[in-house]
Parts: sequence; structure tokens; C-alpha cells
Amino acid sequence: MSDWRPSAPLVNLNERAVLLAQLRAFFSDRAVLEVETPVLSQATVPDPGIEVFPVHAAGSEATPRYLQTSPEFAMKRLLAAGAGDIYQISKAFRQGEAGRHHNPEFTLLEWYRVGWDHAALMREVAELLSAVLGSKGWQVWPYRALFIELLDIDPMADGDSSAVPESWLSVARTRLGDVPQDLDRDAFLDLLMSHCIEPTLEGWGVVFVTDFPPSQAALARKTRVAGHTVAARFECYVQGRELANGYWEQSDALSLAEQLEADNVRRKYRQLPERPIDQRLLAAHEQGLPECAGVALGVDRLLALKLGVDSLAEVISFAWPVA
Amino acid sequence: MPNFSTNEFKPGLKVMLDGEPCSILENEFVKPGKGQAFNRVKLRNLKSGRVWERTFKSGDTLEGADVMDVDLEYSYTDGEFWHFMDPSTYEQYGADRDAVGDAEKWLKEQERYEITLYNGSPLAVTPPNFIELEITETDPGLKGDTAQGGSKPATLSTGAVVRVPLFITEGEVIRVDTRTGEYVSRASKG
Repeated sequence: MSDWRPSAPLVNLNERAVLLAQLRAFFSDRAVLEVETPVLSQATVPDPGIEVFPVHAAGSEATPRYLQTSPEFAMKRLLAAGAGDIYQISKAFRQGEAGRHHNPEFTLLEWYRVGWDHAALMREVAELLSAVLGSKGWQVWPYRALFIELLDIDPMADGDSSAVPESWLSVARTRLGDVPQDLDRDAFLDLLMSHCIEPTLEGWGVVFVTDFPPSQAALARKTRVAGHTVAARFECYVQGRELANGYWEQSDALSLAEQLEADNVRRKYRQLPERPIDQRLLAAHEQGLPECAGVALGVDRLLALKLGVDSLAEVISFAWPVA
Repeated sequence: MPNFSTNEFKPGLKVMLDGEPCSILENEFVKPGKGQAFNRVKLRNLKSGRVWERTFKSGDTLEGADVMDVDLEYSYTDGEFWHFMDPSTYEQYGADRDAVGDAEKWLKEQERYEITLYNGSPLAVTPPNFIELEITETDPGLKGDTAQGGSKPATLSTGAVVRVPLFITEGEVIRVDTRTGEYVSRASKG
């Protein structure tokens, strides 16, 4: 017989409804406007770490549309149009991301604060977590300090070289045994972050990792901190679980265009299909994106943390294998 | 054999790693918030039985291993090989000591065993969970002692030694759990 039952216990779905109401009340109290943007768009992100689902419409349109991997681009167009502080709770889709803590279709809470930087936004994320999870306090760790503290590795050393230093290889081999070949410098840092650092953060409560290497800026602006150029970005971890990703947004149109083109070059290098550049996003940036900070937070993971369960299938009505 | 990508790695899939046939036990998708995704994979080396843990870049591939499980009947041993037969085709397979391993003490003629074939040759022998064997040697039991729950060693026709209740006597056929090596019951009659 077919496996038709929900993957989550009904009581957890009840908790999901409670959480969604709580999130909406949080933003309503702070006068942040709820918005909806299209899930299917003509352009998409060229980020080589994200694979999109193309959708082929019958007949009228020759090119596919793309299921959003986050509502970022459309929300930035609203910001450029003067929408002010906005938030959205929507489905996002990423191919191949299936596992205990990933579902290719997931629920994302994304919000933007006009006139704020990432430090101010981190505080608001911590307040939201305190309201939902009852967490008390939080820690902020610069990316570099965290690597030095936990692995005795300086991720910013020899910053111009693209080669992986021998000392990093030996740390990874000691902890993980064999490691994948042909990883570039950033992919290697990702390996250390996800396999060696994240598990350590489990007992640390709410942790913000900030000031990322500039090569991992994505669409965050770059600033100088203590003699190093860093990306004004943060990742929020709760009990070692990656929960949210925030930026002090890059508002310069030229830098944005360069970043998107560079992502497409990296896709080409990795033999991935290139993506159409979002010309409407670029036009919005030329018009002027206000100074702002934005963050995306995984709602399914937040609920799993709130309920103390270790698998997203337990908080999603029909998880990927039975969807 | 076809290649399999990390997103096709499921428990039970047989793949080649470092030239050895392996069975996948677990596959965990790991990704930092942004950037490179990985798969942390646990595999059992089917030759050594050892469990390996490896990290792959998501999208990496491994060649499938030509491994399959078949049910074969045990025939005899010549001391070097243990010979099994496919009862439908009468095809013979010789398993060496490494392949037979701990299953040796449960080998009974005409009984069926699960044989793991790698490139057509036996790699491992798995006995059925329960097997019925005759007791060839055990001390006489004490009459009227059935309720005490005591036990004594008994040697079976295959050479295996198991502990049985005191009332069990030589020549009786008993049912044994091959996974634990424990007595289960007297064999069912007929």
C-alpha cells in the first residue's frame, strides 16, 4: 500500500501553525510589512552552490521559468521601489538538497530592514529567537577568530593564493580521514566549517558567525575590519544547526553586476549551466537600493529546534520522499 | 557497471571504493549556509566487514559494484573450498575460508544460505536466522529438573557448541538462532 500518511505527527503541524502566527505577530508589532512575491520567475540566482528547478511552460514561453531559491531578488525590487521594512514567509526550492536537515522544498522567512546594518539585524534575529525558543543571550564570532580558536587555522592567511595550504589539509585529514580531492580554497573552508566547526557549536546556544572571507561575500558588502577585508555577512547557528543567513546588502549596481557575472563564470568552470542575469534586479539597483540589511531564516529548522526534533520530516506535513 | 551520484546513494547500494566492493549504510547531506555541499557517507567494506566513513563533494560519483545476493544450497567441503549449488541450475560455487568466515559452524548439507557474489564469486556466506541441527554430544540431563532453567553445553552436528536446557538429550534436533548462537526450542516435529 502507498505511504500516504503525513511524515510529521499532527501535533507538530499544530505547533507549526502556532509558530507561523507567532512570527507574523512579531513583525506586525514592529511595523514590518508582510509581502508576497512570485514563486516562478524569468531570472534566477547564478550562485554555483545553489541548483534551481527550471519549470517549462507549455507553448507560449520559449524559455523556462525558475522556482525561487529565495525571494531575495523580488524583495529587493520592492525595496528599490520604496516599500520600506518588509518580510515574507514563502516556499523556496533547491534541487538536490535532501537530507535530515534539508528538504528541497522548504519554508523561508526573509526580511529586510531599511537603514540597518548587519550588526543591528543580528540583534533582531536574536530577539526573534528569544521570543520563539526562549534562548537567552547570544555570541558573535568573527569567522577568522572561530577558525583560529577551534582549528588553529587562519582562513585569511595568504589570501591571494587559490591553493589550499598544506596545514589545512592535515587538519582535515586528522579529523575526517580522507577528504575529497579538487576542492578550491572556499570549498575547503566550507568542508572545515560544516564538518569540523559546526558540530562543535552544538553546546554553544545562539552563535552568530560574522565577517566572512571576501570570496564568500555573495551579495553582501565588503568592509575593512582589523586590517582585513571581510564580507559584512552573518550566519546564525542554534545548537550547531545553521538557521539563518544575513547580509548588509550590497547596494552598488556595478558591484552587483560584477558579482552575478563572476558567479556565472564559476558555474561555467564547474561545468554547470549558466543562468540568465536578472536585468530587472540590476535596473532596480541602478534606480537605487536603499541602505539595508536582510536575512533569510529556515522556518522548518526553527520549528524542529523549538520542538527538539532532529529531522525536518517531523515538522513538514509531507517531506520530500512522500511529497 | 553504471556510476552512481551521491544523491543516488541509498542504504544497501553496492559501490566500488578504493577498489573494494562496499555496501552503503548511511548517507548524510551536509551543506554550510552558502557554498559547497557534501555527503558524509558510511559504507561497509564487503570483503573485510569494516565500516568506512568518507566525505564526498555532492554530485561526485562512484562506480557500482557487481555484487548480488543469491540463495544457494550447501553441498560439501573439500577442506579448501565450501561448495554451494544453485538448486534450479545446478551451477556450483566454491567459497573460500574468508568468504565462509563464521558461517562455517552453521553449514548443513541441503540447507539454503544467502551467498553474496562479487564478480560471480562468493564474497560472503550468511546462514538463515534460524537453523535446526542434531545434538551429537551432551551430558545426560537430570530428570524432573525442567523448571529450574539451568543449562549445559551441547555439541551440534556441524561442530557448533550451544547452551541448551538440562532436559535436552543427545540425538534430539533443536532450533538455534544463528545470529546469537542461542538455543530457541526443540525442533518442530515432522
